Amino acid sequence: MTLLRVDQLTVEIGANRVVDDVSFAVDRGQRLGIIGESGSGKTLSALSIVGLEPDGTRVSGSVVFDGVELRGRSDRELAAIRGERIAMVFQNPLRALNPVMRIGRQISEPLRIHNGLSRADAAAAALEWCRKVALPDPERTVNAYPHQLSGGQRQRVGIAIALACGPALLIADEPTTALDVTVQADVLALLDALIAEQGTALVFITHDIALVSEVARSIVVMREGRIVEHGATDDLVRQPRHEYTAELVAAARRTSWGDTPSDEVPA
Amino acid sequence: MRHVWRSWSGRIGAVLVGGVVLAALVSLAWTPYDPKKVDPGDRWQPISWDHWFGTDGGGKDLFTQVLVGSRTTLLVAGVSVLIAAVIGITLGVLSAISPRWVGEGLAHVIDVLIALPTLILALVLVAALKGSVWTVSLAVGIGFGVVLARVVRGEVARVLTNDYILAAGASGSSTWRTVWRHILPNIAPTVIVQLSLFAGLAVLAEAALSYLGLTPVGTPSWGRMLEGLQQSVTVHPGAVVFPGLAVVLATLGFNLLGDGLREAVDPQLRGRSATASPTFTSVVNIGTDGGGGP
Repeated sequence: MTLLRVDQLTVEIGANRVVDDVSFAVDRGQRLGIIGESGSGKTLSALSIVGLEPDGTRVSGSVVFDGVELRGRSDRELAAIRGERIAMVFQNPLRALNPVMRIGRQISEPLRIHNGLSRADAAAAALEWCRKVALPDPERTVNAYPHQLSGGQRQRVGIAIALACGPALLIADEPTTALDVTVQADVLALLDALIAEQGTALVFITHDIALVSEVARSIVVMREGRIVEHGATDDLVRQPRHEYTAELVAAARRTSWGDTPSDEVPA
Repeated sequence: MRHVWRSWSGRIGAVLVGGVVLAALVSLAWTPYDPKKVDPGDRWQPISWDHWFGTDGGGKDLFTQVLVGSRTTLLVAGVSVLIAAVIGITLGVLSAISPRWVGEGLAHVIDVLIALPTLILALVLVAALKGSVWTVSLAVGIGFGVVLARVVRGEVARVLTNDYILAAGASGSSTWRTVWRHILPNIAPTVIVQLSLFAGLAVLAEAALSYLGLTPVGTPSWGRMLEGLQQSVTVHPGAVVFPGLAVVLATLGFNLLGDGLREAVDPQLRGRSATASPTFTSVVNIGTDGGGGP
């Protein structure tokens, strides 16, 4: 039932080893959190899974998705998987949307690429997705440009684009970090509901352990490109084995979780 | 276009360019005199109701000549801008999206071509092909095209750093689909502004190259007129005023239109001077071309 197995993934930029021997697995429909400070190699690991690592990086290791090795595949073969079977949501929803393309076109773009939808069918699908992600006034929003939407609305568009083709795996890279705290909760709830409905597996990348513990059942903790701890969310939060994890948990207790007693962490 | 009208430069530019287009259209249907008719009895006439701009040493009506010459001006401006757009966008996009060593190789080739003066290129082409307005357009188009290629390369490189390009890749968009759907629409404002400025410079370049005799004798052209009138300029200084003014106003018109376009698209180009500096380079380039031209 393993959907994605990443084995000994190593990413090097020049002489710099940015991701070092990272291994983890995600089962079908399961949710994994990857947590770590910025620069700890989380994003590069995620991009390497679908072969989108930037030029000039060397990647080694194995990425098996649905029984098929992805590393070493041609760009064309990977493009057929991206957006269709494995989709991504990005951190900054304004920068991840094309400023001169209408919202409806952007949402239907993956459908047109992978399912060859006609213009009319694509427009209808885009409108349907605007409703699903609860964008206000869908008939007008499909014809709007990104700068006319709020941050939270833009990220809803990002989620619609990612889920349009009904992918088996969604990689969400800090999807709520750029949003206001009040909006964060709404967007997270929406993401949660939609992937539960579609049975999509999730890799949730964040630096916020309080946030990830609400979403993911198991967590990988990364630091300086290495995995320092890996386990079920409850165990990891209750009894962190690595001192870095302990620091993260302690920090989260002081801020996000307030003064809850140490053994009663809200899940 | 509505936004262009908002600025004074856009408004004046649109009127001037519109005037040249109107002159060309009118000249197709009607001219006061036969443009080829030589009338020895009417030599060097001053401005009058019969001859609005006077006549030249062959007794040809200068107003008719200016009207007909606007066709050549527009033709060269249009064709050279089209050639520049094709060359500039193709080379610029290719050099920006190719693997590093190919892209940088192309960039060096572009830099070398930019250093080659358009005048030399035009002379070579006229020698190899044959002197015509098409050869002149080709030379000017290639000259502008390589300048545009450098601008486009920079713009594409800027667009490529955006997350929406990465997001397009994550949606399974192929390289060419990404170029077509995401990159070209985002560099379009800069390219359009640049091309309208090139059109102004093309007017100047055509006049200069015709003045130097790179278009065939008998081509109705403002540059050709100036060349003919220049020989008697000390005796009949008034005759060169109108064709000269036509060149100046047409060039000014395209340049102001370009400025207006830039202001119109500025909200999206906020805080960047990408369109300003290349214009300067191209002005310098043409400046050397013009030589002793009008």
